[in-house]
Amino acid sequence: MAVTKSDDLNPKQAGVKKEAGLKTLLASAGCALLAGLPTQAQAAELDNWDFDAATLIYAESDSRVSAAEPVISATRNFDSETKLNLKLALDTLTGASPNGATASDQAQTFARPSGNGRYTTEAGEQPLDDTFRDTRAAFSANWSAPINRDWAYSAGGYLSSEHDYQSLGVNGSVSRYLNQKNTTLTFGMNLSADSISPEGGLPVGLSRMAVPDSASFDADWSASRDGSDDDKQVVDLLFGLTQVIDRKTLMQFNYSLSSSDGYLTDPYKIVSVIDDASGANYGGNYQQGGSNLYLYEKRPDSRLKHALFWQGKRQLDNGDLLDLSYRYMFDDWGINSHTLDLKYRWNLGKHYLEPQLRWYTQSAADFYQRYVTASAYQQLDEVSADYRLGDLDTTTIGLRYGYRLNQDEELYTRVALYQQKSSGDSGFGKLKSQELYPDTTATMVTFGYRF
Amino acid sequence: MNSKLQKRSALLLAGILGTVLLSGCSGLGVKPWERDVLAKKEMQLISDPVEAGLDDHIYFSKEATSGGRGFGGGGCGCN
Repeated sequence: MAVTKSDDLNPKQAGVKKEAGLKTLLASAGCALLAGLPTQAQAAELDNWDFDAATLIYAESDSRVSAAEPVISATRNFDSETKLNLKLALDTLTGASPNGATASDQAQTFARPSGNGRYTTEAGEQPLDDTFRDTRAAFSANWSAPINRDWAYSAGGYLSSEHDYQSLGVNGSVSRYLNQKNTTLTFGMNLSADSISPEGGLPVGLSRMAVPDSASFDADWSASRDGSDDDKQVVDLLFGLTQVIDRKTLMQFNYSLSSSDGYLTDPYKIVSVIDDASGANYGGNYQQGGSNLYLYEKRPDSRLKHALFWQGKRQLDNGDLLDLSYRYMFDDWGINSHTLDLKYRWNLGKHYLEPQLRWYTQSAADFYQRYVTASAYQQLDEVSADYRLGDLDTTTIGLRYGYRLNQDEELYTRVALYQQKSSGDSGFGKLKSQELYPDTTATMVTFGYRF
Repeated sequence: MNSKLQKRSALLLAGILGTVLLSGCSGLGVKPWERDVLAKKEMQLISDPVEAGLDDHIYFSKEATSGGRGFGGGGCGCN
């Protein structure tokens, strides 16, 4: 490993010494390109690179999901408009995730997704699958460059891998500058091919989850499987307009279309069947063969989403920055959503503080049901009890603090609170006394260094 | 409002806004030597792509909406 020595540097390079040392360290860890260059040339080459290293820690309350996500992004600048960006992200998840079933006045036992073993949820508790754990690695590369005075393009690709999910994508865009580069029109396209190989195989949608420890478990489990893997394709199109308003104001307006085809179901989610015959068990879990009936969820095999996005950014007279964006999304699953995002950057010399506020609301998908009833479940074509497809409001309140060491170096940290509130049909009979829409609060902390 | 009507009105709105913006845009903007503020890193529409990427990943896995600013794409088994 070659590390820049101070006596190798002339006075002109001394200013980048500390930076170059760190960059060399990073580059020598992963950048074979530099390995053959002498130390001075390395320092010069490294001057063309920008790095951004950050780690996000995400933790939900009640020891539900927690995640750590380190990211490193490296950009090689060839000239002011030509650059190559490489990004690597790791993502480690652990904790318990809602399986979709409702809480009950009785303890409930579920088969683990793998089919090996079971887990039990106490009476009155949210059914959470505590086997939720995953590590994901994602790599992306993006090249952008001008074509001529009026046109520019970008091209990129990404790879992402988890133990039960792989994704491969390519994307590209062309931009046309108009009106002395004050107006930019952009057309972009992204193609993605994903493959899903869930633990325990693919469940048959709407089939019964096998009853753990029952005599027929093995036969029932096999009957509820439909092969081991499936896939999904996504095509995204984006039409964008960016406009310089004045010396201090910039705006963007995008329309995007996203079409997904293939396996869009969550293979680990189930739905409770609730007894709606009058009697002592009215509103309790419906039983078949002496055990509760839970069905695997099933979603449509295609989805078409439209999104309208607007963003405005302005430097105020006191030098602070205001960044506001709004997004409206609607799709053919019956979901529509509004997202409002506000950031205010308060510049304090070398330091800055940036309060952030995000507000999001969505309506439920047509096939979303918190539970299904014993008298209706056989007529279902599709159903999901995943709260992420239900009526949902979320808010994020955050504060970012940054410290600029010099023109190219910045240390920053951000703390944000993310709250999710679900709502919907409150059930009947015994179900009424259960919490069907528990709130979730998560804390997100990010540390980052740009150099 | 049914979803067809909603779609049609959203597309109409997009069309009107697009036309108004484009026709109104020719009078807006700055001269090349007036780009000092706009050239700053913190004035870029996505001033911190790493933070934006981390946020997109969290919201993609927790909400039914993704994309808009850029591609919504796939890339994760978390939703």
